[in-house]
Amino acid sequence: MVLHTLIDYDTLRVIWWLLLGVLLIGFAVMDGFDLGTDILLPFVARTDLERRIVINSVGPVWEGNQVWLILGGGAIFAAWPQLYAVSFSGFYLAMFAILFALILRPVGFKYRSKREGRLWRGAWDWALFIGGLVPALVMGVAVGNVLQGVPFHLNNDLRIFYDGSTLFELLNPYGLLAGLLSVAMLTMHGAGWLVLKTDGLVAERARRFGAIAALATVLLFVLGGVWLFLGIHGYRITSVIPVAGPSNPLGKTAEVAAGAWFANYAAHPWMLAGPVLGILGALAAFALLWARKEVTPVLASAVSIFGIISTVGLTMFPFILPSSVDPKSSLTVWDSSSSHLTLFIMLVSVAIFVPIILAYTSWVYRVLWGKVDAGEIQKDNSHAY
Amino acid sequence: MELDVVDLSRLQFAMTALYHFLFVPLTLGLSVLLAIMETVYVMTGRRVWRQMTKFWGVLFGINFVLGVATGLVMEFQFGMNWSYYSHYVGDIFGAPLALEGLMAFFLEATFVGLFFFGWDKLSKVGHLIATWAVAAGSNFSALWILVANGWMQNPVGSEFNPQTMRMEVSDFFAVVTNPVAQAKFVHTVSAGYVTASIFVLGVSAWYLLKGRHIEIAKRSMTVAASFGLAASLSVVVLGDESGYLTTEHQQMKLAAIEAMWETEPAPAAFTVFGFPSEQDRETHFAVRIPWALGLIATRSLDTVVPGIEQLVNHAEERIQSGILAFDALQKIRAAGSTAAIPPAVKDAFEDNGMDLGYALLLKRYVDDPRTATPEQIKAAAWDTVPSVPTLFWAFRIMVGLGFFFILLTAVFFFLSARRTLDRYRPLLWLAVLAIPLPWIAAEMGWVVAEIGRQPWIIEGVLPTAAAVSSLGAATVLTTIVGFAALYTVLIIIEMTLMIRAIRKGPEPDEDPEANLIPAHLVAAE
Repeated sequence: MVLHTLIDYDTLRVIWWLLLGVLLIGFAVMDGFDLGTDILLPFVARTDLERRIVINSVGPVWEGNQVWLILGGGAIFAAWPQLYAVSFSGFYLAMFAILFALILRPVGFKYRSKREGRLWRGAWDWALFIGGLVPALVMGVAVGNVLQGVPFHLNNDLRIFYDGSTLFELLNPYGLLAGLLSVAMLTMHGAGWLVLKTDGLVAERARRFGAIAALATVLLFVLGGVWLFLGIHGYRITSVIPVAGPSNPLGKTAEVAAGAWFANYAAHPWMLAGPVLGILGALAAFALLWARKEVTPVLASAVSIFGIISTVGLTMFPFILPSSVDPKSSLTVWDSSSSHLTLFIMLVSVAIFVPIILAYTSWVYRVLWGKVDAGEIQKDNSHAY
Repeated sequence: MELDVVDLSRLQFAMTALYHFLFVPLTLGLSVLLAIMETVYVMTGRRVWRQMTKFWGVLFGINFVLGVATGLVMEFQFGMNWSYYSHYVGDIFGAPLALEGLMAFFLEATFVGLFFFGWDKLSKVGHLIATWAVAAGSNFSALWILVANGWMQNPVGSEFNPQTMRMEVSDFFAVVTNPVAQAKFVHTVSAGYVTASIFVLGVSAWYLLKGRHIEIAKRSMTVAASFGLAASLSVVVLGDESGYLTTEHQQMKLAAIEAMWETEPAPAAFTVFGFPSEQDRETHFAVRIPWALGLIATRSLDTVVPGIEQLVNHAEERIQSGILAFDALQKIRAAGSTAAIPPAVKDAFEDNGMDLGYALLLKRYVDDPRTATPEQIKAAAWDTVPSVPTLFWAFRIMVGLGFFFILLTAVFFFLSARRTLDRYRPLLWLAVLAIPLPWIAAEMGWVVAEIGRQPWIIEGVLPTAAAVSSLGAATVLTTIVGFAALYTVLIIIEMTLMIRAIRKGPEPDEDPEANLIPAHLVAAE
């Protein structure tokens, strides 16, 4: 195999850093409106029929959307194995909470309407709400903690050790702020989806909740930025780092430094496009919901998600997972990827399959275009949710 | 018994994987059966086949969501509980998992929505394509996960990189075409087809016994019996025993399955029954068929199947060589730059590097394998023998059930050809009672494959005990309890809904008129 040397190792690492962003954004945009819809379920839908309308609005698509999360797991494993290893074991109990909540979702969708009875359906509505809220919150909390640095270190065999990162330590003020931002962002996005797929009272309530969530997104995002600037130290590499060198984080040194998270923006002002899109997207979502548009709010909230997640990535580059207790153990783009050959093979696979996936996914969305039909739901008892 | 974090992590993985695999085989097989039934509908235009597809589709859906839900855990558990494993082999093992998402899960999950919600939104052929896409997606996912699992059993196409302290891919094509993976793929999807066939057969038999939904039940049985017969023949004949001779530890697995303590002259006898004792290192009350094992395992009369003791002796040699590799690795890493490595050390690593994992087996006894005593080396060599009684019995239960499935499906295939499916009530009851058996066989198959791989997580490369995350035992215990509680509630709900849906039976055709006369045959007025 020499074909893989066609693309330099360092270039491949940057491409895979971008693809990591694409996967996270893909997940937040596609599965995000499902999660937001689940969060909104108890608030925008009061009667059983209304709730079924909300659930059926994501009914045919949540399974495909959830694959973004699964692919995210698989692709991080393949392209950034050390990130996969450190983050999921370091955030062990947080991951457990996310998985526990996510397990409730598929069964909630599928089983809720299989039986009558207020208790049965009410319990599943709660399960769906938790299934939307907990992952949104905990993932945000995790990002808030990554920005502050995570307490882990690597020994000489590159075995990972954690220096006390319990679930409760994650729930520090900045982590919680990021968690709330994540909830607000996905709620805004879910409301955009509901405005697109439903009408009547449900859509009207979604419009109002969505507008509030959009404003909250702007507020929390700006607050998070200001706090980061004033109160949270960043990280920077203090040694020469061979960008095409072997993936061993211990080959460098790094330190905690005030203002380091803003160095990229000073050096490359174009990167400010990230936070600007995050804010403008959410403001646009607010304005479009206000103006009673049906199709465009969900697009505007998607732009906002793109901007917000890009901001996190651009702020930390080249860091991916900084270590607060041993900065030289921090994972960066240059020292925690897979081998040159694996990155190349996976890039080829992505180049082949992602266009195919996008093609059939958009076909499916076109087939399913249009508002959820309440009459259809009442008529068909065995296949609709 | 005190359980440490290794035992607990293994327990959690076994529990979540066995649970996940309660839903996977039915998804694999039923998706194909649905596609077959709908194909008949589209080709003949007879609406009873549409009704059948929709009915079995309801049961498919109840089962499918739990497979999806529990599959989420599987995707992240390697990183959560097995972080050193994830670091050590992610360069190779991650790729099939990512490809599974790209090639299989998206296809399956995107179209499963159309399968349920697209009946009125798509043309007949359009919907049929969606159904086949679901079937193809679920079967592709089996391919990729078994490429990943096959590599754990037979780690081809990769080498150790001292600079990054991990295994890295050297030949990806070899990883994909790994013979162990290919054998496992055929064996596992066939097992899924058998599971679905027996399920459809049993449920339909129950309808015949109750005199309900006769038309749908008989047609379903015909499809299930013929598909199931082909599948159960394939699952037994193409059992992955054929892969057992490809590597040393697979040989150990085979020897343990057969409780063959000592090497016998070819062709070896097959032990049908007996009580293997790990203490005495012999099998009591063995009932043996001469020649049979040699024939099954090697497909020849003169190839020797090595016994456990011989393989242990060989493992001891590899541990010795692994110690040399371990020593060389420490020197390579102490040297700093590649140029500073003395040539003798380089040679020592090249000669012994493939046995590095064997030195890690000593980590149980000493911190530095180089200081191990001969007794410790001997003990570590015996550690390479997996639990013989577990494998012996799990394998025999699985194979026994396999032969029973051939018989059962053959009988119903014959009855279906004679159009006497509903004549013999005891046979129908037998089919109903057989419903849980494929699950037992499938779980036993998993036990044979994974317990048989111990003490390795990657055969010959990384011992299971070294692969675990540095978590507290209490933390892992917390999540075990959490998953166990959730999974118990969910399986009860799932079974209840399944039984309710079966009792309720197929929905009446919503447009019965359409069945009477095809439009092109009606005379124009």
